[in-house]
Amino acid sequence: MANVEKDVLDIIAKQANLDRGKLNRDAKMAELDIQSLDVVEIIFAIEEKFDITVPYNANDPSGVAAGVSFNTIGDVVDAVQNLVNEQAAAKSA
Amino acid sequence: MNRVVVTGLGVFSALGKTTAEFEAALRAGRSCIAPLTVVSTDALIVKVGAEIRDFEPARHFTEAKLALLDRFAQFGMMAAREAIADSGVNFRGGPGHRTAAIIGSGAAGQTTLDENYFKIYAQGQKRLHPFTIPKLMINAPTSHITMEHGITGPSFSVASACSSSNHAIGVAFHMVRSGAVDMAVTGGTEATVTIGTLKGWEALRVMAPDTCRPFSKDRKGMVLGEGAAIMVIERLDSAKARGAKIYAEISGFGSTSDAGDIVLPSAEGAAGAMRACLADAGLNPEEVNYVNAHGTGTTANDVTETKAIHMTFGAHAKKLMVSSTKSMHGHALGGAGAIELAATIVGLRGDFVPPTANFTEADPQCDLDYVPNDARAAKVGAAISNSFAFGGHNAVLAVKRFSS
Repeated sequence: MANVEKDVLDIIAKQANLDRGKLNRDAKMAELDIQSLDVVEIIFAIEEKFDITVPYNANDPSGVAAGVSFNTIGDVVDAVQNLVNEQAAAKSA
Repeated sequence: MNRVVVTGLGVFSALGKTTAEFEAALRAGRSCIAPLTVVSTDALIVKVGAEIRDFEPARHFTEAKLALLDRFAQFGMMAAREAIADSGVNFRGGPGHRTAAIIGSGAAGQTTLDENYFKIYAQGQKRLHPFTIPKLMINAPTSHITMEHGITGPSFSVASACSSSNHAIGVAFHMVRSGAVDMAVTGGTEATVTIGTLKGWEALRVMAPDTCRPFSKDRKGMVLGEGAAIMVIERLDSAKARGAKIYAEISGFGSTSDAGDIVLPSAEGAAGAMRACLADAGLNPEEVNYVNAHGTGTTANDVTETKAIHMTFGAHAKKLMVSSTKSMHGHALGGAGAIELAATIVGLRGDFVPPTANFTEADPQCDLDYVPNDARAAKVGAAISNSFAFGGHNAVLAVKRFSS
């Protein structure tokens, strides 16, 4: 759904004070100039927006151990999309 | 300046409710990190911690007293009782007026806060118990210790998050060294295993879901602990005059501020505190054998602390034994420094170095001797104990093997 991508990019741009126009799916999270505290606040904002739990651990920022990937913005959008879908499926079950 | 020695020690922690139990666990390299039972973990993502179990406060405090005691005050009092009995000092009417009580604590009476907020906001209760404020105030453990033991010299609590204990002990040490007081009852206590606090910690995204593995490649963060350690410190000459048992000598205290990030540590700040401590102690880096690391098990701390140790000790860093006992007793926040200094002192006196438990594989960026998994027999001559807190407050204490 286009909404998830738009919302995630909006949140990242706002929280990290980045140029919204420069954000795209291929952008690598590690290369964007995002401070560690901003990352944690971005995760919080995403969780609040979609009412999901993102398995992000600051000690493993790439997400490897949690079985998700946070390498690129696209990865983050896809992870959030999956969590939103799981949430919807759980609610209708 | 007076020489200052430790003449009484009390530990009340998840790893042992007496100094003897604590020492046995350290020697065995046993970690007490386990699934939480003190609170319900249904709403929690992080379900492990190092909690104090099998403690029935009613067996140790009268009903009237208990009405005034949050968990963190109970822990502090239990440790103080052991330490003061151990020292053989009768403060009341004796040296009490020349004794300071300075206790570190980062978070105050969390259980009391948590329970009472719930009553007002969730249950809509109209009134709270009159002792709510005296229970939750951060100075409560200090107050009760002075009351129970008749200490009438200067007393206050010290707060600097994870460095609270080291700062408290450092201040007390300086006061005894300068002659401002003759003795001090000092240390730290913390009890933050509440649902509210745990949710707060989860949100920082630094908590390990499994266990605490400081310096290991696959470490996943910190694990909360709780407990207290209290020690009696006094001038060497008066300790000798009364034939006191002497555990170790406190020889230095160093403290700096990162003035940087509110949560991320700085190698420069940490190294500065270690250097300041060594200078205060009159110790050359080469004289230090053991470092009880802050070692929380987070990616940030363990790498930064390793770097800071290299900066402070140079070539000697590779000869140091460095261990994080948080691997065994968890991170007791405001009580951490005291519990860790107790571990250091117990090791000094017992000729062993406590290990870094749960160690799997070395992180390439952490290249020191972390005494993995097994306690090591060693006669440590001098050691330092590090605390590097949120907010950039660094506090380091140095202890020496006592020799008359």
